[in-house]
Amino acid sequence: MSADTKQPPKVPFAWHGTLERNVTILAVCAFIAVIIGGLVEIVPLFYIDNTIEKVKGVRPYTPLEQAGRDIYIREGCYLCHSQMIRPFRDETERYGHYSLAAESMYDHPFQWGSERTGPDLARVGGKYSDAWHVQHLTAPRSVVPESIMPNYAFLSNTALKAGEGGSMQGELKALKLAGVPYTDEDIAKADADLKAQATGNGTDLAKRYAKAQARDFDGKPDTITEMDALVAYLQVLGTMVDVESAAAQEHLAQEKGR
Amino acid sequence: MPEETHNSKRIDEATNTETMGHEWDGIEELNTPLPRWWLYTFYACIAFAVGYAVVYPSVPLLHEGTHGTFGWTSRGEYAAEQKAEAAQRAPMLAALAKTPIEDLPSKPELMRQAVAGGRAAFKVNCVQCHGAGAAGSVGYPNLNDDDWLWGGTLTDIQQTLTHGIRYPGDDQTRTSLMPSFGHDKILTPAQVQDAASFVRSLSGLEPKGAAAGRGAEIFATNCVACHGPEGKGGRQFGAPNLTDRIWLYGGSHEQVVGSITNAHAGVMPAWGQRLDPVTIKMLAAYVHSLGGGEAFAAPTPVAK
Repeated sequence: MSADTKQPPKVPFAWHGTLERNVTILAVCAFIAVIIGGLVEIVPLFYIDNTIEKVKGVRPYTPLEQAGRDIYIREGCYLCHSQMIRPFRDETERYGHYSLAAESMYDHPFQWGSERTGPDLARVGGKYSDAWHVQHLTAPRSVVPESIMPNYAFLSNTALKAGEGGSMQGELKALKLAGVPYTDEDIAKADADLKAQATGNGTDLAKRYAKAQARDFDGKPDTITEMDALVAYLQVLGTMVDVESAAAQEHLAQEKGR
Repeated sequence: MPEETHNSKRIDEATNTETMGHEWDGIEELNTPLPRWWLYTFYACIAFAVGYAVVYPSVPLLHEGTHGTFGWTSRGEYAAEQKAEAAQRAPMLAALAKTPIEDLPSKPELMRQAVAGGRAAFKVNCVQCHGAGAAGSVGYPNLNDDDWLWGGTLTDIQQTLTHGIRYPGDDQTRTSLMPSFGHDKILTPAQVQDAASFVRSLSGLEPKGAAAGRGAEIFATNCVACHGPEGKGGRQFGAPNLTDRIWLYGGSHEQVVGSITNAHAGVMPAWGQRLDPVTIKMLAAYVHSLGGGEAFAAPTPVAK
């Protein structure tokens, strides 16, 4: 301490001078301040009820949907499309019920986004037919003349090589490490599930993945293409939770503290 | 550790301000206080923040954040906004709900409101296929013209909207299936070519030559059941009028050959499963208002 002992400082917070003159103390104190801020702002999001609540219906993505999600990320769809409907009337009138935290609990990484050059896709599932999606992805302006979206026609002609080395098992294992509750059976049957969902034939996919839609998505029954995977992913978005059900509405109406 | 400085705090004569008390090579620093207005604004902000944290949700606790004395929630505010809007619309919606769609044309004020509501609903639900201006595109009908596949009166449009076209899972959906004459080998490729020439000759796109002549016979045996002897179509099957140069899947020779070879069976969703009856009524009024809406004919039974 270098403060003068003979003459007490007249101004309050005179010790602040010591802080400013000593870079080590300043750095330590700044670090402590940032830690406190971080703890207060970030940590509660990992434990308070309304950010970690489980909502009925949310399930992990099927291997095919997850593969479609990888294509969504690879093609940078998130650069123009958000997946987060905020609780504002102008958003819900257009996109549907506002998003719930639980609906992206198995998203690694999440696709909330902050850029809306194109429309929000959080509840696009079931809004259009598969054929519409295929036509729109192939040639967006053939259905939406004013669209500026690029053409993704190659997706229809590219055989799906999902995951690492054509197997989704590794990816599901990695997601399980990140907290997605895939069972050992899910992982073992990952590739069979993917095939079953893209062709609409067989396996007990629907038993393990509630409401999973299995069919030929891209209008080419003979092959499994990247288009199959991407359309399967788009068709599941926002459809897992029955947000309009009476129980869900009642629960949301009673929520406090956000 | 900082160098010990001389304690030489003094009042600077020129500014009447105290110095910091240190001096390097004759240079001293003034300890100018913060402007009062700035300082008090700063204190006011702190006071405001404390008040804000009390009345609005803020401090995270064990299971949830504090609720704040105002009880404000973003979802609550949204719900209130929705409620106010619903209350404002309620009288109009109630009037629409109890007015049969047949009576709408006789109530111009209600019709105007229905068309406005339908325009908004159209932008959310219909533009993806029928286009922002309802002009359609290949495979998706233009709703601005007076060429209707399944009928253009208010009740016809309401029926199409509610139950859709060839929509699986709705037993009242409008349905018909043109055979794929080429793909299923009902006609030979040469016969398909002739039939296409005849169909195009109906609207003067090709001369009535030899090919069209041969096509006329093929048409008479294969097509008249749905498209009618003159090719003017039939609404009970949603069979298009082939004489009007309006084409859903294109009118070039190749496109017509394609349509005869692999028949199209476009699907429209049954909106009755997604939208409430009043919204569908408003949509029907809007589509009817676009330009091609047909008036009700003399009392004919409504097709179900």
